[in-house]
Amino acid sequence: MSDVVEKTLTALPSLLSLDSQPGSAKLSTNSKLGSLIRGITELTSKHEEEKLIQRELSSIKEQVSSPNTTMRQMKELMVRTIYCEMLGYEATFSYIHAIKLAQQGNVLEKRVGYLAVSLFLNESHELLLLLVNTVLKDLQSTNLIEVCMALTVVSQMFPKDMIPAILPLVEEKLNHSKEIIRRKAVLALYKFYLIAPNQVQHIHNRFRKALCDKDPGVMSASLHIYLQLIQENPESYKDLTASFVTILKQVVAGKLPMDFNYHSVPAPWLQIQLLRILSLLGKSDQSTSEVMYEILDESLRRAEMNHNITYAILYECVKCIYTIHPKSELLEKAAKVIGNFVLSQRINLKYLGLKALTYVVHQDPRLALQHQMTIIECLDHPDVIIKRETLELLFRITNDQNVTVIVEKMLDFMSINKEDHTTADLVGKVAELAEKYAPDNEWFVETMNTVFSVGGDTLQPDIPNSFLKLLSEGFDDEEENKKLRLFAVNSYISLLQGEPSKLPQRFLQAICWVLGEYSHLREDVEPDLVLRLLVKLLNIKSTSSETKSWILMAMTKLCSGGAPLSVPLEVSETYSSSMDTMLRQRAQELQYLSQNPELQARVLPRGVSQEPMEVDSSLSFLDGFVSEALAAGAAPYKPPHQRQEELSRSKALSLEPYGLSLPISMSSCSIADRQSPTLLSVSSGLSGDRTDHSHKGGSTTLKLDGVRRVWGKEGYLAQRESAEETAPVEAPSPLQPLVQQGDGDASYSQTPTPIPECEQEKQQLASSLFVGLASQSSVCLMGKSEQTSQRFRRKLKDPAASFPSSTQNPLVSPPSSVGHLLLDSSISSDLISSPEQTHLSSVDLTVANGEVELPDRDMKGIKSTLLREDSALAAGSSPHEELDRPKDSCLTSHLPAELSGLPHSEITPLCTSPSLDLSSCHVQKDDSLVLLVFMKSSSDYDIQQIQVQVTCEELEVSCVCDSPVEELKSHGVVVCQYFLTVKSPSVYFVLSGMMSHQIPDNSLQETQFSHRIPLTSFLRPLRLSTEEYGTMWLAFSHDTKQNLPLMMDAEEPLTATLKVLKDKLQLHVVEIIGNEGIVACCLRQDQPCLLHCRVHAGMLAVWLRSPIPELPDCLLYHCQRALQES
Amino acid sequence: MIKFLLMVNQQGQTRLSRYFEPVELNRRAAQEAAVVRCCLSRNKEQCSFVEYQDFKLVYRQYAALYVVVGVSHTENELSIFELIQNFVEVLDRYFSRVRLNQIMFHLDSVHIILDEMIQNGHIVETNKNRILAPLTAINKMADG
Repeated sequence: MSDVVEKTLTALPSLLSLDSQPGSAKLSTNSKLGSLIRGITELTSKHEEEKLIQRELSSIKEQVSSPNTTMRQMKELMVRTIYCEMLGYEATFSYIHAIKLAQQGNVLEKRVGYLAVSLFLNESHELLLLLVNTVLKDLQSTNLIEVCMALTVVSQMFPKDMIPAILPLVEEKLNHSKEIIRRKAVLALYKFYLIAPNQVQHIHNRFRKALCDKDPGVMSASLHIYLQLIQENPESYKDLTASFVTILKQVVAGKLPMDFNYHSVPAPWLQIQLLRILSLLGKSDQSTSEVMYEILDESLRRAEMNHNITYAILYECVKCIYTIHPKSELLEKAAKVIGNFVLSQRINLKYLGLKALTYVVHQDPRLALQHQMTIIECLDHPDVIIKRETLELLFRITNDQNVTVIVEKMLDFMSINKEDHTTADLVGKVAELAEKYAPDNEWFVETMNTVFSVGGDTLQPDIPNSFLKLLSEGFDDEEENKKLRLFAVNSYISLLQGEPSKLPQRFLQAICWVLGEYSHLREDVEPDLVLRLLVKLLNIKSTSSETKSWILMAMTKLCSGGAPLSVPLEVSETYSSSMDTMLRQRAQELQYLSQNPELQARVLPRGVSQEPMEVDSSLSFLDGFVSEALAAGAAPYKPPHQRQEELSRSKALSLEPYGLSLPISMSSCSIADRQSPTLLSVSSGLSGDRTDHSHKGGSTTLKLDGVRRVWGKEGYLAQRESAEETAPVEAPSPLQPLVQQGDGDASYSQTPTPIPECEQEKQQLASSLFVGLASQSSVCLMGKSEQTSQRFRRKLKDPAASFPSSTQNPLVSPPSSVGHLLLDSSISSDLISSPEQTHLSSVDLTVANGEVELPDRDMKGIKSTLLREDSALAAGSSPHEELDRPKDSCLTSHLPAELSGLPHSEITPLCTSPSLDLSSCHVQKDDSLVLLVFMKSSSDYDIQQIQVQVTCEELEVSCVCDSPVEELKSHGVVVCQYFLTVKSPSVYFVLSGMMSHQIPDNSLQETQFSHRIPLTSFLRPLRLSTEEYGTMWLAFSHDTKQNLPLMMDAEEPLTATLKVLKDKLQLHVVEIIGNEGIVACCLRQDQPCLLHCRVHAGMLAVWLRSPIPELPDCLLYHCQRALQES
Repeated sequence: MIKFLLMVNQQGQTRLSRYFEPVELNRRAAQEAAVVRCCLSRNKEQCSFVEYQDFKLVYRQYAALYVVVGVSHTENELSIFELIQNFVEVLDRYFSRVRLNQIMFHLDSVHIILDEMIQNGHIVETNKNRILAPLTAINKMADG
């Protein structure tokens, strides 16, 4: 778009001024909303506004509850309420009236009612349930407008649990003749997919139909679903690539109706959506990418018009080209587009260009080189957002040669930036770069000092943690470690001698720890001096009590060096009466340990670092204590999720019968604990304290597992690995690093002022910023970029050259592949249970161990009812052995033909009456369980009118034939079939039954019986891919964890154990990686349960998750049984 | 992902707000004020995109009216910038030459138009005829 056109467009709504227009004056006097708005606009103070709105709201409240208010007035009132809520004043009283308006109003009123509901309520609001009936009614309306608005509100918010109620109606609308209804129905299904993906799993083929709809609107609505689906699982939709390409081709060629154009660009947002889908599909998939090369080329060519929206399309195109499998021709064109953006005078384009550059730079660092001068200009751009984006770009191209310059630029930016969020983000990045690329100790410690000072207390807690970890674990080179620690000690001593009151608390805590651990390295400094510095710190008013505990701990460590005892004794005396229990504890420790050097040496050994501490994560040493407490009447432990559930239940009246308590007996269970013992090292001496402390701040130490590790044997750069694969790496000559290092340093020192004024300085800056991006020259890279092909990531340098890259520490392992089994790192961090939890659950488990025992009879019952596919008639012991067994085998022949091929349990007698014997068995079908009741006449005469009723609270029982059996011949057999499906899971389902029949004298004889079926009979394998498993795992809320015995004698204990579970319980083993395995099963398609198994300390730590609250506990019980039996 | 859309006047008063991600009512006013401050403080030569906390703001000025859209970092800012223009053009067509007062006095209509354009933080319709079709139909029925 030319600038002239743009000006006209901006001028178009130029009348949008606040000045009152002739027309609006009339409007505002007529409506009450008008006068309200007018009144508010005239007000000057917040206080007046509040008074006015409160008055307004109370008047509205009065009117809405008056029975005389018409729906028309109600609509007007609702709009006013919307206005008040928009200004931030809650009007909860009106919510119910909004629902009423949607229910009772005529068309326009109804629409406003729906609008008010969607503005007032959030998706979990309980009032939303009241809307369901209205929606149902409107969906069935003959008035299309009403159907339309019902679908609109459904696609914005709908209670998750009520989806099944309207799903058939919405599905039906997919075939509607009007495009708008079809389109809105698709959007409603999209909403359902977002909030409850399982509910719409069965209609995926409908989505395909929508994608092929003849109307472009319906088609583009379906793209929202596909974008989501493909994001979650690109593999399953590769076959659609050609379709998406064809659609994009048609759109680009202008085949859509004219009204889809925006400023003569055909459906631009649709194009963007399609490009996003294509980039997801083509990502690291050459053959799929090849399908789209042509259309991408076409899109680049078509988008020539000078208009913002074509640039938006181009940007998406470029991103797509750099995401999919590369094609050099396209890359070249895309690079040109980025170049045009970056060089553009229009600032929005420049911004977009930088953003694109940041996105592609790890694939193509040459591009950054090409534009280095522009980038440097952007670094000094007056607009802060451009600067910020440039820093982001620089962060991506940092290597060990340009790190000092880039970090300096970032710190410069931070000093002028006031926004907390940005500071926190940048501080994290600086810390990351410093750890990765620091050229020397001095620079590293000083940079980290700045990070701590600037970051203040908004600092991410993992930054100090990983810094201290790095200091304590060190590297292979002991000498280098010592130097680093010594340097840190020196730096901190001089900081404390200055004005420590200005330092942030987190920094002080880190300082204390370092001084406590390593100040002995400095032999010329008396411990007394350090102690005095710490005391000075203690006496500063602003020092928080948390920091004070750190100080006391540091003092405790310092005392072992034979320091004079007066200072610590004085301090410990002061604090041993502190109100803060933590401080008091520390003071006691200080007092005791400083007087007892022998114990001190044992508790806080010096210099024996890196010995991983064995941690008994099951806290078994507390078992005795726990059982004593229980014996004394303490309440057994309940895990948090269970407590929460009970809490929420207790709010409402419970109408359900009390669930059976789980009979779990286990001798050796402990909670699954993910925390690796190696995280704690003896040398820290306060490992426990660090954990304690971090818990207050939101479990920081524990978080480390989920956090990306910056250190690893292979260096860092895990996310850039993909870039490495796609382009050849030219190995750097071994001499180069040192040479370049020198150059980099030199230019750095030559540019002490951060803002280069003349061209020459800029070039110098460029050479120091972009050093290492190309292999040829480090001085000036301008114009030589074409020949360069070296990636910015270089091999590890000689250990002596710089310390961070020299780490080969065996303790710091790269993120284990095992952790990735669950696809999302957030899961693995969730897996970590806090020490309190661990402690308390062991309480729970001991209870289970001590008190609850299964009756012996039950055990037998399980054996006999457990289904085994191989032996349909298991010859195990039966609880009813006193009944003669031969009967059973002859009954087998009466199995209905359609069920005879399926596995069935053994036939067990149910009850006997004088004339009739009842036995039963159950047959597993793929989707349900069939209960067969055999009625065998034992009398010599025919029996009339036999009726058998079977009921169970937890099961849905449907009988194949409801009518009674008219007549049973003497010694004949009749079979009744019942289909059983699970309503709510339970360990065993007890079916109660009633059999009645007429005896010859016409009187009715009734006999009662009961039959028990274990949950296992309902279990079916759930075949999932690992990806699907990952998504489902995240979606489920009910979980249980437990340790189960492992089949230790097998060669591969995990595989063997999972095989037992698979065979006995019909679970599906999704994948086994290393010492973790994931397993899935379900009751019905919509009642899945996922298991995550991990070998831990000779046990199988199992973690179950399911959308059904009771299912994990019940399944766990059976898993345990299965493993104990084998 | 679109997080919210605001229409504010030059004095920083909210004329319309729509949230596509839940934000508590009592936090909205403060956030809106901060967002508006962020945009009003910028001049015409500066970029139309601003970083705000953990998301981005895309804004566009029409005389006394500012339209501000909060988006996630992954969003294509320029396409949102043009979406704002499209939205204003739709309003312009509906009100046949839109004025700020009309937006205020027809709060409900503007919301209904937005309902057609953006749902769950995604752009669902950009065709002007189709955006306006339901609203025009409702008005016709109400009049007739």
